[in-house]
Amino acid sequence: MSKFKKKKGGEIPAVNTASLPDIVFMLLFFFMVVTVLRDNNLLVQNTLPKADQLEKLKKDRSVFIYAGKPSARYKDKYGTEGKIQIGDKFTDISNVKFALTEAREALRPELQDKVMIALKVDEETKTGLVTDIKQQLRDLNMLKIIYITAPGDPTDQ
Amino acid sequence: MARRATPEVNAGSMADIAFLLLIFFLVTTTIEKDKGIARQLPPDEEIEDPPIIKQKNLFIVSVNKDDQLLVEDELMKVGDLREAAIKFLDNGGGVGKEACSYCKGARDPKSSDNPDKAVISVQNDRLTSYSMYITVQNELVAAYNFLRNRESQRLFGWKFTEVKQAIDEGSFNGNEDDAQDKLERIQKLFPLKLSEAEPKKSGQ
Repeated sequence: MSKFKKKKGGEIPAVNTASLPDIVFMLLFFFMVVTVLRDNNLLVQNTLPKADQLEKLKKDRSVFIYAGKPSARYKDKYGTEGKIQIGDKFTDISNVKFALTEAREALRPELQDKVMIALKVDEETKTGLVTDIKQQLRDLNMLKIIYITAPGDPTDQ
Repeated sequence: MARRATPEVNAGSMADIAFLLLIFFLVTTTIEKDKGIARQLPPDEEIEDPPIIKQKNLFIVSVNKDDQLLVEDELMKVGDLREAAIKFLDNGGGVGKEACSYCKGARDPKSSDNPDKAVISVQNDRLTSYSMYITVQNELVAAYNFLRNRESQRLFGWKFTEVKQAIDEGSFNGNEDDAQDKLERIQKLFPLKLSEAEPKKSGQ
């Protein structure tokens, strides 16, 4: 009797993919929320040195200073000497104070006197440049600094 | 005339569009993980009569322009710096009022009296590379952290660096004020006394 014919066995039913868009959307929203688009366009080389005695940076109260050799496509224009970058542009050592005061004013008012200077300096830079920056910071009375480093053991090279 | 029902929009390509966006955000995401060595700079003012530090309480580390390390007038490898700094800080050679009850060092009268008196002075050349500078700083901080961990382990049964990190991240469970007090006590036992001399011009 055809009514009770056995189903043709062996075939596995196809996986239902109706919820696939939902899953993908969920992932999409997650990544959209955690994404921070780079706010600074790096003009200098920036390979951070390694260290393992680290503390976390409090992001809301920090001002970044980058230093290093100009990156490959700016080499012709700016040479290969170590340069300082604050915000989006190169800054001369004599201009650091002005740029930093400006950067500080962009922070939330209650955090302005707790400002922390985050130094992102390329590992090939000379220490003299960093010393100059630190002297400027002392003049400005911004005394809290943090040398941003990459985690790792510094002694094996 | 009967109104015709609007045909349903085909949503079959929705998944494709979402995938495209997803891949875009996956690629652009950089989960920020900035960490580093925090430091407090000395204020820029003239000190009228600087305190006199005895030679034996001073641990001089200098780095030249070729990234070579000179510690207490002896050439040293970076790998040995941490050990040497711990030995110096933990020496506890003082007697009487300056004795150090918690030091476990050699008590050599020619080395530091107690950790409160001991000062590490770092001198760089202007042409020293930044990675060397950070390595030296890192090793010295590591020496302090080692000793602080040892003391907090002895007094309170936990590690200084771990509790400090937990408080910073807000994941510490327990009495935070109490722990903060204890951290300060440990910091008083081994205060971070790192001095940085004005760097030399190259070749001097």
